Order: sequence, then structure tokens, then C-alpha cells
Amino acid sequence: MQTLFDALSLGSLYALGALGIALIFGVMRLVNFAHGDVISFSIFALLWPSTDAVAIVFAGELPWFLLIPFVLAMGAGLSVLSEIIVFRRFRRANPATMMIASFALGFVIRYFLLMLFSSRPKSISLLPALSQPVEILGARIPLLQVITIVATIAILFALTAFLKRTRFGLEMRAAAENFTMARMLGVRANRVIMGAFALSGALAAAIGLILAAQTGTVDIQMGASVMLMAFIATVIGGLGSLPGAVLAGFLLGAASVVMQTVLPIDARPFRDAFVYGAVILVLIFRPQGLIAARGTKERV
Amino acid sequence: MSVIRRTISTPILLTLILIAIALIAVTAGSRPFNQTVIDIFLRVILVVGLYIFIGNSGVMSFGHIGFTCLGGYAAAWLTIPPMMKQTLLPGLPDWLMNAQLPYWAGAIFAALWAALWAAMFGKILMRLSGIAASIATFAMLAMINTVYSNWESVTAATSSVVGIPIIRSIWPYLIAAIIAVIVAWLHAISRAGLALRAARDEPTAAAASGVDIPKQRLIAFTLSGVVMGMGGALFAHSIGVVTPDTFYLTLTFTTLSMLVVGGIGSLSGAVLGVVILSSLIQALRWLEAGVTIGTTTIAIPNGLQEIALGIVMILILIRRPAGIMANSELRWPRPNLDAANPQNPGEDPRPQTTQQQ
Repeated sequence: MQTLFDALSLGSLYALGALGIALIFGVMRLVNFAHGDVISFSIFALLWPSTDAVAIVFAGELPWFLLIPFVLAMGAGLSVLSEIIVFRRFRRANPATMMIASFALGFVIRYFLLMLFSSRPKSISLLPALSQPVEILGARIPLLQVITIVATIAILFALTAFLKRTRFGLEMRAAAENFTMARMLGVRANRVIMGAFALSGALAAAIGLILAAQTGTVDIQMGASVMLMAFIATVIGGLGSLPGAVLAGFLLGAASVVMQTVLPIDARPFRDAFVYGAVILVLIFRPQGLIAARGTKERV
Repeated sequence: MSVIRRTISTPILLTLILIAIALIAVTAGSRPFNQTVIDIFLRVILVVGLYIFIGNSGVMSFGHIGFTCLGGYAAAWLTIPPMMKQTLLPGLPDWLMNAQLPYWAGAIFAALWAALWAAMFGKILMRLSGIAASIATFAMLAMINTVYSNWESVTAATSSVVGIPIIRSIWPYLIAAIIAVIVAWLHAISRAGLALRAARDEPTAAAASGVDIPKQRLIAFTLSGVVMGMGGALFAHSIGVVTPDTFYLTLTFTTLSMLVVGGIGSLSGAVLGVVILSSLIQALRWLEAGVTIGTTTIAIPNGLQEIALGIVMILILIRRPAGIMANSELRWPRPNLDAANPQNPGEDPRPQTTQQQ
């Protein structure tokens, strides 16, 4: 039971991250390496610049119903800003160039945070009420894990509804499927791309919130490890396919947790090597990803 | 005109640039600057190694620094005095425990060791293409890093392996960098290199003309594994210490950035990307330490160095999305030939798509 919840909550994080990357990839074929740094930035936005080990909370004093929208808005804002300032100039560049540009941007954000906050991890107690355990079917599960899973499911439903029911969502799906065609039919390219960036930034901020609440520390590197796994999940899910990204995110989370319990003790430190080995196997048998998105197949 | 005569000006010019840098270091004679120049040569080796595979195949690889890691640790196993190895790395087999080779022999074996693994991984990975191949190579890097970070008795896990003989002379590094350039050039004009570039630009047509794409990619992957392994061994000798995290994401992205800024499809771009970005990093470091003009010292705040570097990289890429050299190479000016064939006969006038979706 505990394992199941561990797997689900880790998978939720990866799934949210993978969604953020897949949204942007879908509309503009950009593999956004700055995503991890948006995660860190949105959580650091709560703090006052200082180099002390204990965070000086600035906006973190807000009650939760203001705090959460504030963090989400910071993530979305930074993400939209990065599209306006940087990525708009790379519309015609090839994917490798965009990838390196996004990496350079992430580098700038990270060192900006480093300048203001130093590289030392800071302790922060964010929403402390959430760390109490609750009892579900005889297992003691931290309330936060439950909330993480519930929130992820809620976000997924909301996002699905948004993409399927609203005009903007329709435009975004059309753009993801065939960008040129969508533009010809009257979809405003820049607006759609900006929408994708805003959503992706907000998702990054949600990950930041969950991570900070879970670990009780903030650290400028905190986004990086989630981002890498999310990136892998996006690819094995089928680049550009949102359901694929979510599915692969949960699978990766499950694989990590299950291997942790199943592997013999001697092999446990090498768990990640097994997870990555599994990733290579999946790619070999399904190079297009688990759920291949339409329009991303190699054409002859 | 043979392919060699038509293209030999590129490796000669690049070699001259490298020698010029070495001569500047010798005349300057200061020890920190010497180290900076060694770093430049090391990065030239690594970025040229990346170019051999990425530039010719068009497949982005995040995994090559894994081979550098293999090479660096192999050099450590082979060159650290046996006495030290017994306490530091007790899990080594006896023959390796008692081995103590000179650094150049160690580097050769390190390169072969990396090549062996490149060939094995490549055999599996080279049937993939596009972004799936990139992620698979990244997964390979992460696997190598996880194993080296945890295999206590053979790699000392995450703690540093010390005692590797340090080579301070710049000449071995210069020679290795020149070797890397020449290997890359020979591969690029060989049958395998031409076939691979054909497959990069027109996969379907190349396959239809009898190019075995996975095989050609495997050749380039293994060859770049050799160069990366050699670079890793020399890297170990330049600082005397190896840790698994030296050879992980930071180095991967630094070297990839240099390749992309220089121009992903160009050997000259690989070398110039390193030289230009390294000079920029060095200039910013000097600024950070403070420059004295008259009686006042001007220094930029700490941390601004990296931010400025990131911004300059973005600006270069905005101005030149295909990199500084785009797809052309440095060569002798040859007006009559260029007038007859404006597209550079030896090179490929190709659209700016290096990756297939």
C-alpha cells in the first residue's frame, strides 16, 4: 500500500513535468531544457533574496488560497517572458539550436538565482499542516502524498476539459497536430504558443510547490532531476502526445519505486542504471513512443 | 582533383590555429594561463569527438561524455601507482592492480576501452534515430554515471580518485588535439563519412542507394568513442583527480554548446566554437577577478560571468541559428574554383535540418 502511494506520488511529479515539456514540444518542436529552472524559480519567488540557510519568507506568509495562485502565476509569467524574449526569435531554427538556446536560458536563470540566494539549500516550512500522516486501509500515508495524487488527477481532468471543450484548447490541439495547417485555418500562432508556455510554466510551478512542501527545503538544483526524468517520460510517451507523456510519467515513477523494493540489496544502489536500461529497451521496441502522436512520424 | 587535395586545407588551418594558441601560452609563460590553454585543447578533443558522430550523422547525442568518463577512469586504473591503488580501489583485478603504464600508453588503452563500450552500446542504439536516439544516448550516460558513482571497490564511488600523474606540459595535449582533428577529417572524407552525411541529408535516398545507415552510424559512434576516451584520459592527467560527476551533465552541456555555437555540421565550427567560447569564459573570469585601469579596479559581481555567457550564447544563436561556421569549413581562399562552383564542391549545400522528427 505504501509502495503504491510512493509510486503514484513520484509518478505524479514526473507526469506533471512531462506534460509541461510535451505541451511546448507539441506546438513548436522545442525541447525546453529551461523547464527545470522554471520549477526552481517559481518556488524561489516566495523568498526574499538572502544567503542564509534559513529562508526569509516573503510571499510565503500568504494564506494558501493566495499562495498557490501566486506561485503558479510566477511560473507562468517567467515561462511566457522567456518565450517573448528568447524563443520567439528561434521560430525558424532547427531543434538542436533551440535545445541549446533553452539550455543557455536555463543557465542564465539558475545563475541569477545563485547570485541572489547562493547555492546552499534552504529550509522552508511550506504548508506544514500537510505533512501529517493519514490512515488509509491500514497504511499510514503522509497527507501530502494523497494531496499530490489528487491534485495531479484534478489537474489532468481540468487540462483535458480545457483542451477538449474550449476554443483555445481546440486551437492548441490543432496546432500540435499540424502547425502550418492550423495557421492557414486562422489559428493565431503566437497566441497559441504563448498559451502553451503559460500552461507549462504553471505546471512547473505546481511541481515546485509539491517538491518544496515534500522535502521542506528549497535548492536551486531541485528542478533539474525532475526535469530529466520528465524529459525522458515525454520521449518514451511519444513526443507531442499528452496522454503518452502522462502515462510514461506514471510508469517511470512506478518503475523507480518498484525496482527499489524488488532488486536485491547489492544491486539497489544501481537502481537508476536499471531504470535507464528499461528506458533504452522501451525506445528500441517503440522508437515512436508508447502512444505515438500523429504528425511526428518520419515521413518519406 | 582528389578529395584529399581539395579538403586538406581545413585540417592544416585548424592545426595552425591550435599551434598558434600553444605558442601564445609558451610566450606568456604564466602557469594559470598554461592551464587555461590545456583546458582549451582538452575541450577541442572532446568537441571534435562529438562532431565526428553528431556532425556527420545529424543525431544529437547526450551520451558521449560517458565515454570520456570511461576513458578518465581507465587512465586512473592504469597509471596510479600500485601502492595507492591497493588502498583506494581494492576491488581491481590483480593484473590491473599491478599495472603502471606511462601516461601515453594509458591514454591509448583508455581510448580503446572507451571504443569497446561505444561499439557495444552503438550496436544497440544505432538503429534508433532522431530524438529517440538522443534520449537513448542520454540514458546510456546516466547508466554509466550511476555505475561509476556506486561501484565502491573499483571506482571509489562518488569520492575522488587521486594520485593520477599530472602532466603540466602543453605539448601532449596539443598533439592529441591535432590527432583528433586529423582523425575527424580523415573520417569525414572517407567512404564511411560520405555515406553517413548522405544518410543525414537524405535518409531515404541514401538507404535506397545501398547505404547501411546503422552500420555507418556505428562506425562514427565507435570512432568518436575513441576520441572521447582519449580526451577523458588526458582530462584525468590534466587535473590529477577523477570523480563521476566531473563527467556528467555540466561537461555534456558545455561541450554540446560549444559544438552548436560553432556550427554543428562543421569541423572548423567545432574547433572555433571551443576557442571562441573558451576565450569568452576566460575574459569574463578576468573581469570577475578585477581589471586595474590606472588606479581603479573594475570588477563585475560574482555569478555574472555565467549569466553573461548564457546571454552571449543566446545572442550568437539568434544571429546565426546554424552556428558561427554554419556548414562551411575554413579553407584556402580559392577564387577561380569558388566562382565556378559557388556552393563549395566538397561540402554539402544542405537545408538547415540536422534532426529528423
